Amino acid sequence: MEGMSIIVKKIVQLISALIFVFGMYSAIHGHINPGGGFAGGVLLSGAFILLIIAYGLDYFKLKQQTEATSIFESLSILIALLIAFSGLFAGSLYFFNNYFPAGTPGSLISGGLIPIYNVLIGVKVAATLSTIFFALIIYKEEIRR
Amino acid sequence: MEEWIIILFFVIPLFGAFVMPLTYLFSPESPKLITPVITLILLMLSLYSVICQPEQIAYSIGGWKPVDNVPIAIYLVYDGLSGFMLVIINLVAFFSSVYAIKYMEEYTGQKYFYVLMCLMIAGMNGVVLSGDLFNLFVFTEISAKSSYALVAFGVKKDELEASFKYQVLGGMASLIILFGIAMIYWQTQTLNMADISYMLQNAENNIFPVFVQLIFITGFGVKAALIPFHAWLPDAHSSAPSPISAMLSGVLIKTLGVYVIMRLYLSVFQLNESVSIVLLALGGLSMIIGVLLAFGAWDLKRLLAYSSISHIGYIITGLGIGMIMLSRGENHLAATLAFTGSLFHIANHAVFKGLLFLNAGAIEYAANTRDMKQMGGLAKFMPVTLTSSFSASMSISGMPPFSGFFSKLIIILAAVISGFYFIAGLAVIAGIITLSYFMKFQKYAFYNKPSGKSPVKEVPGLMRFSMISLAVLCLLMSVLILPGIRDGFLNPAVNTLMETTEYASKILGR
Repeated sequence: MEGMSIIVKKIVQLISALIFVFGMYSAIHGHINPGGGFAGGVLLSGAFILLIIAYGLDYFKLKQQTEATSIFESLSILIALLIAFSGLFAGSLYFFNNYFPAGTPGSLISGGLIPIYNVLIGVKVAATLSTIFFALIIYKEEIRR
Repeated sequence: MEEWIIILFFVIPLFGAFVMPLTYLFSPESPKLITPVITLILLMLSLYSVICQPEQIAYSIGGWKPVDNVPIAIYLVYDGLSGFMLVIINLVAFFSSVYAIKYMEEYTGQKYFYVLMCLMIAGMNGVVLSGDLFNLFVFTEISAKSSYALVAFGVKKDELEASFKYQVLGGMASLIILFGIAMIYWQTQTLNMADISYMLQNAENNIFPVFVQLIFITGFGVKAALIPFHAWLPDAHSSAPSPISAMLSGVLIKTLGVYVIMRLYLSVFQLNESVSIVLLALGGLSMIIGVLLAFGAWDLKRLLAYSSISHIGYIITGLGIGMIMLSRGENHLAATLAFTGSLFHIANHAVFKGLLFLNAGAIEYAANTRDMKQMGGLAKFMPVTLTSSFSASMSISGMPPFSGFFSKLIIILAAVISGFYFIAGLAVIAGIITLSYFMKFQKYAFYNKPSGKSPVKEVPGLMRFSMISLAVLCLLMSVLILPGIRDGFLNPAVNTLMETTEYASKILGR
């Protein structure tokens, strides 16, 4: 897959950074704003997918990136499971025990462990969607060759 | 027993599923070791909890306390029926995973196989523990989605077609189930199963729960492969790799279909005689049409898959008889017998159908064919497969010392005591036809003239270990029906089904 014209490339350079930042914002502010981990993750992977479509496959060495995304996918879920499990050792023997202080409602640092889960879900969703996209385009390239 | 132990049933396999892609980077052999260890731990845990925990546990995730007596947390509920199902699921999962180590070596992408298998086990364990209707749906989807991928694991034309068919029908079933759950939420404003049961007991609108029950018969009927909804099963179960076929036929259709029907219709909804009659009719139909379809099959795994439909029919028949007797409220002995037979048949069918699929896999591994006409004369070369499949065939067709005899006998007895003579007759006829087609399997596979190919070798040791253990279990399971031993394993499950309103009142405390 070759890249597109210079106009598309320049516009995508500008826009994808904005989309990336907005994705991070949605994931981090998931507990106080509309959005959350899933929507944030979709936006994050959308920024990468836009870049790949504009610049073409050969620009990024994509074989290694699929490995990296599947590592991030597994790692984020593992960390989320471990945090959820650590609730058992924080006093009251409950799974998904929210043992962090709740903070002021409405501020960014509040809701205990919920923002951390949101960020982890964001990483997981971004990695998963990117993996699926890479799998599809690499498969298509191999057929074309 | 500590209450929090029950979350380990799905945390451990989930953890394993996501650790394996990481350990694979360092050692490509590690998933082969991790999966059997995980399933062994789960089997030990489930046996431990059946022995140490006869009482019901309600565990709230996150530790949220009820507000004004309304439960707001997501509940996990462990009771006799859950414990019973957990033992069966993890037993079959352990032997399948040990068997898979050697069997899967000819496939590519093995790490995905073990990851998906662990996810499927996590989903099934979650379904039997969930006390919340929506979480039950989510766990159903986890195991169903991983089974779609596992059916297509061989990525040949047939396997992809079977998986596609399974996905379309399974997806439609999930949609129907979700619709039913939405209806319940609309009417009762809660998703907690105990709370739903309480709300429905005090509801004025009596026609609405019946409508939802009929929707659920369709949805979970597809998952259980009852007869008008069975079209996906013969393809899917015969195309999957053999250890997965054993899991699918042995436990998946029972967990996602039969267990959920039992739990919802007996513990959550009010008993209703007309719905029970629909279940009984579907069960009887599945029983007889399943054997007739199996009788004509020449592909070994397809024969076994059709036979699963017929045995799900037996289980649902027992359940239907019990529900009718309970809703009439006259003959509690017949209801107890019917539920005992039904549950005992779930356990037996998991063991012997799992074993038969492993045998079919062994024959495919050694002789490289699934067509019974091309086998023949294998008795000389494969003594372990011969004896273990003989044990399973005798058990599935109901020969006296083997376990299948007792469960079928109890179901037929329950039918006779309740006055359903026609159903009892159907069950006997289906049993005889079952015997005939398993004799056909034995004759064509092991005793006929050799097909002229080069002599085949017996399968490797780990595969033999699984087959021999399950064959011994086929015989040993008959012990479960003896008084004394029955009290530990079968009776708690039967009591959970018999005490229909206890489920909600124990959890809610009112």
